[in-house]
Amino acid sequence: MDRLLNVTTGLSVILLVMVLVSVRRAHIRVEYSVSWLLAAAAMLILSRAHLLLNAVRNLIGLPDSPLTLFLLAGGVFLIMFFRFSVIVSHLRDNNIALAQRVAILEYHLQNLRNHESQEV
Amino acid sequence: MIPPNTHDSLLVIVPALNEEAAIGGVVSEIHQHVPGVPVLVIDDCSADSTIAVARQAGAEVLPMPHHLGLGGCVQAGYKLAYELGFQYVIRVDGDGQHDASDIPRVYEKLKTTGCEMVIGSRFVADNGSRTGAVRALGIRFFRLVLRPVLGKEVHDPTSGFVGVNRRALDVFRQSFPLEYPEIEALVVLQRRRFRFEEVPCKMRPRTTGRSTITALRSLYYVLHVLLGVFVNVLKFDRRYHRAQRERGAGG
Repeated sequence: MDRLLNVTTGLSVILLVMVLVSVRRAHIRVEYSVSWLLAAAAMLILSRAHLLLNAVRNLIGLPDSPLTLFLLAGGVFLIMFFRFSVIVSHLRDNNIALAQRVAILEYHLQNLRNHESQEV
Repeated sequence: MIPPNTHDSLLVIVPALNEEAAIGGVVSEIHQHVPGVPVLVIDDCSADSTIAVARQAGAEVLPMPHHLGLGGCVQAGYKLAYELGFQYVIRVDGDGQHDASDIPRVYEKLKTTGCEMVIGSRFVADNGSRTGAVRALGIRFFRLVLRPVLGKEVHDPTSGFVGVNRRALDVFRQSFPLEYPEIEALVVLQRRRFRFEEVPCKMRPRTTGRSTITALRSLYYVLHVLLGVFVNVLKFDRRYHRAQRERGAGG
């Protein structure tokens, strides 16, 4: 059981470092890194604070602590994936609207140029 | 393109992706059957010479900066048509399957009935149009699903041969389904209490290129469209009931 919790601690630390390095290199924006950092920190704290994990386990009524931790982590990541799906959908909509606007403006610009060259 | 100055101005839009083999013929055929009507080819970032061939055939071209999919292309055409002040827009596919000789009939129906959308239908009368077995089954399925939603039968809900008037243009320029738009667009209009009609049209077998709906994508298509219909029904019903309640509260 302890080994499983240690593995979780290791994974949480790796995730924390990866997110911080990515933010520093501007691979992900700060606002999108917050939820990852919170999730990694929560996993790290729960995997180290046995009393806290046991309290959560009793509250949920599950038989053992690692299962509780993995269920919590799974739940948190599901919510995060959903959140990112919402963000991606918004970005896609905005991207399409922008692409359409660019195409229409280029069309008008081309027409103006043609009109000007005809006048000259 | 000269901005329209008549109350019944028509624009024909042709969304196209890698249709260099067919697009020239499609544009020429449209010019032949509705002379003087501008044709706008909306190019979805083709890798071939679709743009050059379309321009050579006498069409205006609206090239997309990157691939947007069918719905994104058609909506861009609707947006431009609305901005330029066109009263009617008829969409024809760029693969040459739609017969341009049917355009005047769709246009006439739009003008005389005043309805917001006219669908060129393969099945409203037996006109010799044939479709594959799987596709025919899908169309039957959607007919059954759409009948209670639309309140009337639609014979060819997947037809891409569609004419709309300016009221529908105003709706579609703001909101238009991006993937597989035909069926969802019908639901969007119906939920706004707009009307649609069907006119019999011929459809030729595809001679060049490939359909976007392959056998493998059929299941995804059905699920996607069903979900889209369901969401639109919920969205607009909620809006309608809220408006009714507010009207009731306002006395």
